Amino acid sequence: MGEKQNNIDIIKSMRRKTLRKSMLNYGIVIAAYAVMQIMIATGNISSLLKGLLVPLCVYVIAALSLNLVVGISGELSLGHAGFMCIGAYTSAFFSNAVGNTLPDLPRFILAILIGAAFAGVFGILIGIPVLRLKGDYLAIVTLAFGEIIKNLLNVLYAGIDSHGLHFSTTSAMDLHMEPDGRQIIKGALGISGTPKNSTFTIGVVLIIVTLIIVQNLINSRNGRAIMATRDNRIAAESIGIPVTRFKLLAFAISASLAGVAGVLYAHNLATLNTKKFDYNTSILILVFVVLGGIGNLTGSIIAAVVLTALPEMLRFLNNYRMLIYAIVLIVIMLFNWAPASLDLRSRLREKLFSKHKSEKREEGEQDGNS
Amino acid sequence: MKRMTQLISVCAAAAMVMSAGSAVFAEEGTFKIGAIGPVTGAAAAYGISVMNGAQLAVDEINEAGGINGSQVELLTADDEHDAEKSVNAYNDLKDKGMQLLLGTVTSAPCIAVEGEALNDNMFLLTPSGSAVDCITGENAFRVCFADPAQGAKSAEFIGSHELGTKIGIIYDSSDPYSTGIMESFVAEAENQGLEVVSNEAFSDNRTDFSAQLNKAKDAEADLVFLPFYYQEAALVLKQASDMGFTPAFFGCDGMDGILTVENFDTSLAEGLMLLTPFTPNAEDEMTQNFVAAYEEAFDGLVPIQFGADAYDGIYAIKAALEDAGATPDMSASDLCDLMKTSMGNITVEGLTGTITWDPATGEPEKEPKAVVIENGEYVALD
Repeated sequence: MGEKQNNIDIIKSMRRKTLRKSMLNYGIVIAAYAVMQIMIATGNISSLLKGLLVPLCVYVIAALSLNLVVGISGELSLGHAGFMCIGAYTSAFFSNAVGNTLPDLPRFILAILIGAAFAGVFGILIGIPVLRLKGDYLAIVTLAFGEIIKNLLNVLYAGIDSHGLHFSTTSAMDLHMEPDGRQIIKGALGISGTPKNSTFTIGVVLIIVTLIIVQNLINSRNGRAIMATRDNRIAAESIGIPVTRFKLLAFAISASLAGVAGVLYAHNLATLNTKKFDYNTSILILVFVVLGGIGNLTGSIIAAVVLTALPEMLRFLNNYRMLIYAIVLIVIMLFNWAPASLDLRSRLREKLFSKHKSEKREEGEQDGNS
Repeated sequence: MKRMTQLISVCAAAAMVMSAGSAVFAEEGTFKIGAIGPVTGAAAAYGISVMNGAQLAVDEINEAGGINGSQVELLTADDEHDAEKSVNAYNDLKDKGMQLLLGTVTSAPCIAVEGEALNDNMFLLTPSGSAVDCITGENAFRVCFADPAQGAKSAEFIGSHELGTKIGIIYDSSDPYSTGIMESFVAEAENQGLEVVSNEAFSDNRTDFSAQLNKAKDAEADLVFLPFYYQEAALVLKQASDMGFTPAFFGCDGMDGILTVENFDTSLAEGLMLLTPFTPNAEDEMTQNFVAAYEEAFDGLVPIQFGADAYDGIYAIKAALEDAGATPDMSASDLCDLMKTSMGNITVEGLTGTITWDPATGEPEKEPKAVVIENGEYVALD
């Protein structure tokens, strides 16, 4: 009986710990949102920062989604920009095709769902063959996938007229539209004139939805199975976990969340073309995840915000800003991973920890009371 | 909970710091003109040239007494040829008190910024954003030709000067600029009696063009049309020469800058023709003065047409502001309303020709010019 009670206690305290960790992420997002709203309301915000709010949400969602693949399921994806691209194109196409027949908000919500669904479907299609393989194959295939999507969309022409949708991969003339037709996707020109529906509030709501999905997945039975396949594939297989299915689950969810980031991106700018979604963007998102700490959601959020905002905030340095940005990247990397820095941090933590211990006990009691 | 409060306060403090630079008000008595373009990255040559050309014009205007007696200040920002960064740059300049915008330099970012400028009712004059969608709103104008105009004018030029009959085309299918020109070129080629014998695409970041060149060679093209930027064009010329393929080559304004490519053997560019509104060694006095002043101001750098477009752009803004009788204490939106009508009233005798504007479309009206590279220099073709 005593041992059982002890085990339950351990589980309870672990649950409390994960809950606290999850709440921290929601807290950060909501606090940042509140601060920004206050600044907007009091007119204390620069146009630059105001313009950055939606892109920040885009990259936070992208980083969180990639962290699900890289950190939780232990695979490397170099094609997340490709999934963003699919989300962006399908949703922008939808919004332009529907036009003003639907009010803004319902149309945007539908666009988000469509973008997420298409990106998720492509995630499954890519995942089915590739996640059966061991090693770094996912990285190679996703890299190729991102480039393929980009090139396919570059030659895609699409329009809408009274007869419905028309598609062509050669030229605008081959759409054979009625005179009343509207061309929506113009090959390499992409899509322009997408309604500007993305707002900071919607972005923050989407971040929170992303967090709910990712955190609940991690802390669920499925999430533990996914992490088991990451930590030791053979051990996981030996206790009957279908490795491919769980890796596919994580990958498909991640792809569709990246699609949501793409939707937000597409509805923030008047122009959308594939140039943005090349492997540089995929790598950039990976940089957010790696610098924030692989598997660390809080880290991903902070890294995405800091690294997106930093080059813009350094604009006053003119030509030196990219140099400073690069140096900051290296410094953060060293701070996070260099042995000397790790050593220093652990010593600092020990010092703080011994001081904190008594406080923590008090806090724990308070938690128990409330 | 304690840690959370700490975090929140850190966030708040950071936000305060970020916003601290925001409260900038327009100074009394100066017109603030913003310029946005890629000063770093792959398209930097254009951005730098635009900034330099604009700065030169602004300095001249200030020396001569300014616009309506007020001085002009040029505010510049880098966009790295990226739509999202360009909007950031635009917002940054707005914070700095920009009243009129000369920009942006490249097409895709320009479409994004134009969307924002339309919302703000900010006057926008792009020196070189050539995509059709760059100037959808009434607030937007441009100095250069639109892409379709460039493709059609190129075909017209090749046809009327009998530069070739069997045309090979290589274009960048990932670039709106390149595809836009290609499409209008093909459409116009038929009218000019030109036969397009090969039309091959490549995608950005390509370094090997042998497949496309071989197609053109096998089809016995006597002129190859290269409507894309000079970095790739330098590789195309090198690889064509390596494989012993020597047709005439014809490019558009994106080809401008090819002589500045590092480690590029400029003798390969001999005989290359390009449609460009500006030649630095043209004989007229205005060009001569501009080139001399530009070389002196920027360490012997020879201006390319982007600099000339920007120079004309600043003078167009000056002419329109004078036509409207504008003063620097007006808001950006009021200035924009005045400029919309005044742009239709002015004629600018510029480096890139005598330009007038159609206030309804924002498109310029001027004669096309082409050059050929001889002995490492541009020589006007007429």
